Amino acid sequence: MKQWYMVIDVATCQDCNSCLMACKDEHVDNEWPDYTEAQPRRGHYWIDVHRHERGQYPRIDVSFRPTPCQHCEDAPCIKAGDGAVRRRKDGIVMIDPERARGNQDLLTSCPYGAIFWNSEKKIAQKCTMCAHLLDSENWLPGVPRCVHNCPTGSLKMVNVEQAEMNKIVEAESLTVLRPELRTKPHVFYKNLHLCEKNFISAGVLIDEDCFEGATVTLKSHGTVCAMEATNCFGDFKFDGLDNGEYVIEIDAGGITVSETVKIDNKSLNLGFIRL
Amino acid sequence: MGEEVRLTNSTTGGPVFVYVKDGKIVRITPMDFDNTDAPSWEIKARGRTFKPPRKTTLKMYSAGFKSMIYSDKRILYPMKRKDFNQDGERNIKNRGKGLSKGDPLADYERISWEEASDIVVSEVNRIRSEHGPSAVLSTPSSHHLWGNIGYRHSAYFRFMNMLGFSYADHNPDSWEGWFWGGMHMWGFSWRLGNPEQYHLLEDALKHAEMIVFWSSDPETTGGIYSAHESTIRRFWLKELGVKMVFIDPFYNHTAGLIGDKWFSPKIGTDHALSFAIAYTWLTEGTYDKEYVEKNTHGFGEWAEYVLGKTDGIPKSCEWAEKETGCPACDIRALAREWAKKNTYLAAGGLGGWGGACRGSHGIEWSRGMIALATMQGMGKPGSNMWSTTQGVPVDTDFYFPGYAEGGISGDCENTAAGFKFAWRMFDCKTTFPSPSNLNTASGQHIPRLKIPDCIMDGKFQWSGKGFCGQDIAHQMHQYEYPAPGYSKIKMYWKYGGPHMGTMPASNRYAKMYHTDDLEFVVSQSIWFEGEVPFADIILPACTNFERWDISEFANCSGYIPDTYIQCNHRVVSFQSKCIEPLGESKSDYDIYAMFADKFGFGPMYTEGKDELGWMEQYYNATDMPKYMSFEEFKLKGYFVVPVNKEQEKTVALRWFAEGRKKDTPDWGPRLNNQIDGKGLQTTTGKVEFIATSIKNFEEQGYEDEYRPAMHTYVPAWESHHCELAKKYPLGMLSPHPRFTFHTMGDGKDSFMNDIKDHRVLVDGYYYWIMRMNPVDAEAREIEDGDLIRAYNDRGSVILCAQLTERLQPGTVHSYESCAVYDPLGAPGKSADRGGCVNILTPDRYMSKYGCGMAPNTAQLEVEKWDGGTYEIY
Repeated sequence: MKQWYMVIDVATCQDCNSCLMACKDEHVDNEWPDYTEAQPRRGHYWIDVHRHERGQYPRIDVSFRPTPCQHCEDAPCIKAGDGAVRRRKDGIVMIDPERARGNQDLLTSCPYGAIFWNSEKKIAQKCTMCAHLLDSENWLPGVPRCVHNCPTGSLKMVNVEQAEMNKIVEAESLTVLRPELRTKPHVFYKNLHLCEKNFISAGVLIDEDCFEGATVTLKSHGTVCAMEATNCFGDFKFDGLDNGEYVIEIDAGGITVSETVKIDNKSLNLGFIRL
Repeated sequence: MGEEVRLTNSTTGGPVFVYVKDGKIVRITPMDFDNTDAPSWEIKARGRTFKPPRKTTLKMYSAGFKSMIYSDKRILYPMKRKDFNQDGERNIKNRGKGLSKGDPLADYERISWEEASDIVVSEVNRIRSEHGPSAVLSTPSSHHLWGNIGYRHSAYFRFMNMLGFSYADHNPDSWEGWFWGGMHMWGFSWRLGNPEQYHLLEDALKHAEMIVFWSSDPETTGGIYSAHESTIRRFWLKELGVKMVFIDPFYNHTAGLIGDKWFSPKIGTDHALSFAIAYTWLTEGTYDKEYVEKNTHGFGEWAEYVLGKTDGIPKSCEWAEKETGCPACDIRALAREWAKKNTYLAAGGLGGWGGACRGSHGIEWSRGMIALATMQGMGKPGSNMWSTTQGVPVDTDFYFPGYAEGGISGDCENTAAGFKFAWRMFDCKTTFPSPSNLNTASGQHIPRLKIPDCIMDGKFQWSGKGFCGQDIAHQMHQYEYPAPGYSKIKMYWKYGGPHMGTMPASNRYAKMYHTDDLEFVVSQSIWFEGEVPFADIILPACTNFERWDISEFANCSGYIPDTYIQCNHRVVSFQSKCIEPLGESKSDYDIYAMFADKFGFGPMYTEGKDELGWMEQYYNATDMPKYMSFEEFKLKGYFVVPVNKEQEKTVALRWFAEGRKKDTPDWGPRLNNQIDGKGLQTTTGKVEFIATSIKNFEEQGYEDEYRPAMHTYVPAWESHHCELAKKYPLGMLSPHPRFTFHTMGDGKDSFMNDIKDHRVLVDGYYYWIMRMNPVDAEAREIEDGDLIRAYNDRGSVILCAQLTERLQPGTVHSYESCAVYDPLGAPGKSADRGGCVNILTPDRYMSKYGCGMAPNTAQLEVEKWDGGTYEIY
């Protein structure tokens, strides 16, 4: 059977929160019987945009990771829910408001922090992928509200058989959050390295002028990891790096320099390298 | 239970489908087009075909609009200040009293519409009979809720012009530097100094190699009103390999999304950067000499100045590094790349604009932008001033007016009604416009920026009447308050309450209400916020989702002719009354119609029509009937204007670069401002590096230190240069807010407050954010999330600190336009914890005769907040 998957591209999310606005518009003050109770007006982030800043002024970047319920195939909340949380055949994980009432443990069961407590109704609530709309023929956009509102295409829905999804994951190098948990999320990410890995960047100067076209080689344990030419500002940027020691070798028209740097959970702006 | 129905409406952030059930709004979404809607345009460039998506986009504040409709800050019935007695003690000093106790509502009691309107009518009539109509001051907020009938240029002016009033003119706050400076260099007065942008999208898709976004963040501002329509177009350019450079003290949201290189000049120093770029081009001979020779005036003398031959200071990259904090090598590299590559200068969000134009260096920054674009041959293929937000090939022949074209007022003096619309709308046999006799250049009017000064000091002098772009020199006209022969102001009929968050040095606006001469204050507003709790009588208005109206996506028109060329499709909306007005609130039109009756000019105001009646008349004055009847339009709810394949693609300023007659659909210059249809609007028809208009003015005795005739490096009067910086070392950038449209969307218990980068919840209170570099934070022992007091001699604001590398040390960032004014003690004197950072910005005019505001350069200090109220007197 076809499954619903969400694919989120971190590189094109700009923290506009149109997704959060759409989610609140759809769920605050609106009850969807058989799906979910109304969302409280304040404090619930059924899709939560995490900010991640890297580097130091002025060589920085800022990325955003929208995080809804991951709709896991092996969802910890299902185990903690004692029958109150179920996975529909189409892959959407739903909390039954009646059966889950009073069970605050559901919140801590989720490793992604995607479940929220409705203190007035004493229920745990979360993203339903707008299942009430996906199930309705009258809903012409055919996607959840957050996806419909997204102005950059960062959020996309895919409705395919599992085998087909495996091919997409392979072809587009999609990853999931915290794969080590083996929860098998139905939310996949593109460019997650922007939030989870680091970069090294600097500008190359010769005679106080930016040097374009210098060859910069990045090595780790003697092996070349990447090569880049500096741009018109003399800048280079190696991204997607794990923690560890790296050697940077610069060749600017025959003038060479090499520098050893260490990444320790932090991206590095090395400033200007004068040759 | 009723059926869910899908209606249509529109907002400042895009047109919408509105799903309504049982008299309640269920959801608000962008519009998806269907097969019955006109096909979209296509652009072929560099081997690709570009087509826009078949839907509209929506801004965050529009996506969350439902929470502003159903908000506990809605005013649901008329109210009277409890200790205000129009026949006895007015207790003027008690205005705003409840604010200091955190309970402004406690000052008020509910009254009926009958009682409220009786008090207003008797007070207005008393004041008019004692002092004349000029004693009644009125002004609305800049941006009304969307809809051309209910808009302030329309229903409001129609009423106020009949009643008679002194208008507080809005300064061209989005344009400022372009208006007071740029216009003197290249004209475009009908655009208040901004350039035309026709067909630049195709030009850029074909030719662009680099775009320099300077004080430009279209992902935040979306140009204006056009939501995220241009986002996809920037992605296209990015995919084509176009290099994106950003110059902005703050690493802004567009930079974050697509930027390749970021320059962060210190606050108030952007123009040092532009001079250094020009210096590099001059010394390296890499500017378009032939173009400059043919198309400029005063360039030679200016070039000598740039090179330092006249003042001994070469404006070199090393010189600029000291001014701006940006490395000289980077500036030089940018200058060289710019000269080498086909470069578009996105100066501001709309081909012009930009926060820098609202700094104390705004005049020279704007002129600097024009200088750079000129030196690289603007108008030639691949070279222009263009902000990626306009220039879409939609049909500009199809006539549908924007809100600034006056709607039902037909006021040709204070709106753009006189361009076309009034003559199509009013036959002057059965239906008539409502011109003004008082709100004219020769009547009485005051500047909005100086309302408190006029009220508290009783006199004021300034230059220019608001948005005066009929001709370049109009802004040089001198005015005074009171105008000769007119009465001083005795009452204020305010529409909306945003000034505390939007006007500079805004404590003035709170203090003003305690002036004894201001005998009576009415506030007509949708929400109980900002300065509304200073009023004696409060009249509840409703939102545009509770009334009928008609409009087009991002079409304001007026001083932004053909604004809709920002949108991927022209979309005209039938704005349905989706629900009944909440409580006893009424539409503005119904409020004015009711008052018109009581003042005795009801039939003249309404001509027997309700809003739907006016809408039909309006509709028939546009080109819409060529496609469908009003009834059909009402049923369909929206209309996508078809692409006009016959229309010639005339590129902005190409005619100028090629020395041809102007061929774009632009609204100016007037015939008398050109010779043989060629050239710019300036006296010489050229780009004037030494402005003839300012030189004339100087010769007439109006010397202006901060606006010399020649484009000059005048250091910003509030920046790291000034004496004040010793006491207040941090420069604050306060750009347009990211998630709200000015005050629209903030406060009001709206959904937007939950956006983590908008407000931060600390101990149960949603605080406004101030962003600062960790270096500055550490020096003050401030940590991320701390509550801080930002202060200077103008006041104090309590904010939540966000530590970020998105600013260079020495610069802090906090958005303007907070809707919440929450003084901890006496209003106008104590610290505000709502977040009105404009309390800290200067109210000084940009220059002596350049009467624009400069809130984007403010010096201040920051410390951890100790819980004090910090009253200053």
